[in-house]
Amino acid sequence: MDSAALLLSLKLAACTVAILAPVGIFVARFLATRHFAGKPFVEAAFALPLVLPPTVLGFYLLVALGGHSPLGRWYEAAFGHPLVFTFDGLVVASVIFNLPFAIQPVQRAFEAIPDDLRHAAACCGLTDLQSLWRIELPLAWTGLVTAWVLTFAHTLGEFGVVLMVGGSIPGETKTIAIAIYDRVQAFDEAGAGIMSAVLLLLSMVAIGITFLASATRRRHGR
Amino acid sequence: MDASADALTVELAQARPIPLAVTLSCAGGELLALVGPSGSGKSTVLRAIAGVYAPARGRVAVGGDTWLDSAAGRFRPARERSVGFVFQNYALFPHLSAQHNVEQAMGHVARALRAERARMLLERTNLGGLEARRPAQLSGGQQQRVAVARALARDPKVLLLDEPFSAVDQVTREKLYEELATLRRELRVPMILVTHALDEAAMLADRMCILHRGTTLQAGTPQHVMTRPASPLVARLVGLKNIFSAEVVDHDPARALTRIRWQGTVLEAAHAPQFAPGARIAWVVSPSHVVMHRRDRPSRGERENPVAGTIVRCIALGETTALSLRVGAGGGADIVFSLPTHAARRNGLAPGVEACISLLADGIHLMTPGDSSAPA
Repeated sequence: MDSAALLLSLKLAACTVAILAPVGIFVARFLATRHFAGKPFVEAAFALPLVLPPTVLGFYLLVALGGHSPLGRWYEAAFGHPLVFTFDGLVVASVIFNLPFAIQPVQRAFEAIPDDLRHAAACCGLTDLQSLWRIELPLAWTGLVTAWVLTFAHTLGEFGVVLMVGGSIPGETKTIAIAIYDRVQAFDEAGAGIMSAVLLLLSMVAIGITFLASATRRRHGR
Repeated sequence: MDASADALTVELAQARPIPLAVTLSCAGGELLALVGPSGSGKSTVLRAIAGVYAPARGRVAVGGDTWLDSAAGRFRPARERSVGFVFQNYALFPHLSAQHNVEQAMGHVARALRAERARMLLERTNLGGLEARRPAQLSGGQQQRVAVARALARDPKVLLLDEPFSAVDQVTREKLYEELATLRRELRVPMILVTHALDEAAMLADRMCILHRGTTLQAGTPQHVMTRPASPLVARLVGLKNIFSAEVVDHDPARALTRIRWQGTVLEAAHAPQFAPGARIAWVVSPSHVVMHRRDRPSRGERENPVAGTIVRCIALGETTALSLRVGAGGGADIVFSLPTHAARRNGLAPGVEACISLLADGIHLMTPGDSSAPA
């Protein structure tokens, strides 16, 4: 059992959820409530990581964040170390490949709120932010829980993108999914088995939470 | 208080996506019913007044306050308009209690006073004791009362009611009518009630405004609009069926009458000097101005526009019987009226029976034949 890899994965997942939670809320609400030309293309762009092979996404991220890219050069000048093959680079990649998981459930939840409720909130004198905080978020909470749990679980299990952008540097970029692969390569089936069981358990808990949230919502009618 | 100082004036115009050509006004304390068939744009007009819909062009002003003036590039968002809006399905916040629903509209009230004021408003709308209930735990009528209390909590300059009685049963509806009638006597703000039910408008409103395909056609007291429609289209929209075309014969100013020729007979109608002799006009008579002659005993009404014909339709609908009398040759025209069922039975009315009616002259209203749908 590579506990350093497990801790790194948990840290990466927590950072990704922390960054994507507010991003997901605002992007999802914008997409759920606004109509504009080209909206399907914007939605498709946010959904792209769902269908793009992880290695392809990883390759483009490597190019976009690498030392030869403007972003990579700026980052290195600003922080004194490169973005790729570091934990920071993993966080950036993880945020990008989790965008659909963080946005889509929240968008669906916002779309399920009737327009009249938003109009009623406006007629009550609530600002946009008050309407979001007092009316919409409490009604969209199952979507939020689902998004956060899926993002967390998906980050724990991601392999291709992480390997491409981060490599496998112990304590820095070696996540539990890569550690399992390493253990299998080293014919350590017992080690791989324990870590796989841990991931299985975490995934089951995660998916259980989303179903529990949906069941609670159905029971209370909201 | 001067009602005109609080008056609401609305002008809306756009071609797409929903055509609008609306001009209406509503004085403080007045209840204006906006009436029209489904899809006529009633709710859109309310939403434009509230500021949750932005029409292409228009002006909305309340008292000295301009909420919308597209010519001046002014659009005040809904949250700054002080509008009390009762939505068709109430749009209550489902996760909040009745009390908290009402408190949401009290941003302008000091925090310490909100709870007490919300309780008072719920009390006023007969919801005392139900403050802690969520919308799902309330009946349709109770939900409507919460929506009204929430609309009042805003201390609105305009109260907008979008078909507020459509989602409740008949018994509750009648109770809510009474409550609205009581409430409106206490309010000094303009109130607009959207409805497609003419009886509701006639019962509750001071004035009604007919809306058709986004265009306001006529405004006036319900009695006036329903007996003096501005056009055959308005006549049809207010449910009048006896719409015919005829020719003006002459005027008799001394007796305040205009004579028209219809189906070969001359009828006396309410004086309408704006139509020249010889002009083609449309005319309408409400069923309440059609008087049946007793077949066994002549009545005084016989002398006024007697019209003979054959009963072609006689359908008993409980205590009332709906009848059609066919007048004139070659297919003629059918005059629709109704009688108490016992009177229809006593007169032996049935399809094929010859009968005579009077069309009371002051109930015959002449109109410009705006569309060609009035039968001869």
